[in-house]
Amino acid sequence: MEAQFLSSPFSGYVYPNETVISWTVLIAVYPYLTGLVAGSFTISSLYQVFGFRQLRPVAHFALLVSLCCMIIVPLPLLLHLGHPERAFNAMITPHMTSAFAIFSFAALFYVILLMVETWFVFRPYIVHQAQQTKGVLSWIYRGATLGSYDLSDNAMRYDSKWVFWLAIIGIPGAHGLHGYVGFVFGSLKAREWWSSDLMPAIFLFSAIISGTALVIVLYVLSCKLRRAPIDLACMKVMAYSLWGFMMFTLLLEGVEFASLVYRGRQGYDVIMQFVEGPLLVPFFILQFGVGSVLPLAVITFFIWRGANDRALVVGMTASAALVLLAVLMMRYNVVIGGQEISKTGKGLLAYYPPIFGREGLLAAGTLLILPLVLLSILVRFLPPWHEREQMT
Amino acid sequence: MEDEDKLEKQQRERREFLSWLGGALACGAAVIAGDAGLQQAVAAGERTAAAQVPPKPAIPGYDWTKHRWAFGVDATKCIGCLRCVEACKKENTVPADAHHFRTWVERYVTLEGEETARIDSQADPVNIAAAGSESEYRFADRYRDAKVAKAFFVPKLCNHCTEPACVQVCPTGATYKTVDGVVLIDHTYCIGCRYCVQACPYGARFFNEEMNVSDKCTWCYHRITKGLLPACVEVCPVGARIFGDRNDAQSAISRFIHDNRVQVLRPETGNAPNVFYVGIDEDVS
Repeated sequence: MEAQFLSSPFSGYVYPNETVISWTVLIAVYPYLTGLVAGSFTISSLYQVFGFRQLRPVAHFALLVSLCCMIIVPLPLLLHLGHPERAFNAMITPHMTSAFAIFSFAALFYVILLMVETWFVFRPYIVHQAQQTKGVLSWIYRGATLGSYDLSDNAMRYDSKWVFWLAIIGIPGAHGLHGYVGFVFGSLKAREWWSSDLMPAIFLFSAIISGTALVIVLYVLSCKLRRAPIDLACMKVMAYSLWGFMMFTLLLEGVEFASLVYRGRQGYDVIMQFVEGPLLVPFFILQFGVGSVLPLAVITFFIWRGANDRALVVGMTASAALVLLAVLMMRYNVVIGGQEISKTGKGLLAYYPPIFGREGLLAAGTLLILPLVLLSILVRFLPPWHEREQMT
Repeated sequence: MEDEDKLEKQQRERREFLSWLGGALACGAAVIAGDAGLQQAVAAGERTAAAQVPPKPAIPGYDWTKHRWAFGVDATKCIGCLRCVEACKKENTVPADAHHFRTWVERYVTLEGEETARIDSQADPVNIAAAGSESEYRFADRYRDAKVAKAFFVPKLCNHCTEPACVQVCPTGATYKTVDGVVLIDHTYCIGCRYCVQACPYGARFFNEEMNVSDKCTWCYHRITKGLLPACVEVCPVGARIFGDRNDAQSAISRFIHDNRVQVLRPETGNAPNVFYVGIDEDVS
């Protein structure tokens, strides 16, 4: 059988086995998606738990965004496995010293939590639809009620208590899930680029900004498509959140990079070669410049000017889109970049992702679009729109 | 009245359902938490049990509690002939290309006036060109016209560490440490996530695309359990590779470790390698 692999050119000295990059773009997509889950859940929780009333127009929508992303999260991993049919081995005989072993359990728990919370949030609508609609749709909604049709004040109070507690459990759940992804990389002592105590925190904060940015972009897009007015107060709170979390993220990334340079351990000169060479465009220009500093400046400008008009919407949406790009680049630079620096500390590899194939750019792109496709279907069954709630 | 009854019934059913759901969720969480704790307890128990009553592999006439295998490399003897690499590839049907090796040889050359060594292995494009193909192995005579201050060869292979990072990160336990000190991979159980490939600081592991699993040196476990030497040791014409049982004080490896000032690669990782080197300098990692 002809083996299928892609070898990477190198400079300096690298171990012979390193020339095939083990973790491809799919492994960059995986933390990106879990980050979107954690981030959008944060927006939802800011409303459900912390009482940010201005976020009401997006609270339920953010929950659905989180759910749709979470359903797709296992796919890049499964697609990457050499033997996906054996994936359940990690659940049947989890090897508890492995950071990967607990993922399946944590992911399963979190998917269930998201589904239960979604059910409680949308229960009044589901009951309403089960009684109003006819035909197949009626059957679907009647199934979705799980036999519970009670919408009395007492029942609703009970529901909101559940939503509150599920959201509270969900906060450490979502953030723990993503912090753990950072740990998967940060705990690997074999790679200087990954081996950092700050990695889980950096992953977490970048997750929150990516999720917030996604909710901003999708909310504006959904309003445009539905020709509904955009809630500016809500946009402003999201802008403040994005700004605050971005400051944290940039600070953490800066501190991590500074300590890597300042420590100057063995192999540091090769890392600097890498940072000043191949990383110049993806890291300094795309991730740092265009994706972080520029949107931060734009959002700062809006906050300073107290903008409250169309300019705020356009500026915020554009900034959020750039932040989404920056976080994607961050995942790529961590996952792929880490492998481009040889474990020898004496050489560099150059990875050129293929377009086609199981682990190509096309597959990765499809996985990034899938949650949106899922979301566009789900919002038809469970409309999260604020105006609909006001009507019912 | 009837409406009230109906409402009451609905509310009761609802409460029952919710309490069931709550119970189910709590049980789920408890099972997950309990499972984690239980697994750790079981793993700890297994470790203790393994030290006392190890499950023996079904190899006739072989008792893995009686051996403690180790490997030695005498870099002062290696001539870079690469017969070890060729033997390993053939013995273990390792993919015959320049990107998959269970063992390889590095060449360190310091030229006059230079402070750091120039390093290459048989997988370097210049050496492949000299060999004629990726499945033949030769070091090109690339320093013929240079003034060489110092040069030596270093054979590399899996270090079969006492605290292997690869075993630590394997999510399924497909890779494991045997009682006799060898790190093996169960190719029928490996899911092919490549976490172990990332975790190995020595670059000793690779992903075998023919089998879709991780792969690496086994010290020729199929040979050593029959009283034979690993293929690379067997073919080495100069005795640069030494293998044996540390439980036997007179074995080649015990004498090698006793008679020489040996060192291991990257001790700072805490992996505690079991391949002992003689004759290397600080450039080697």
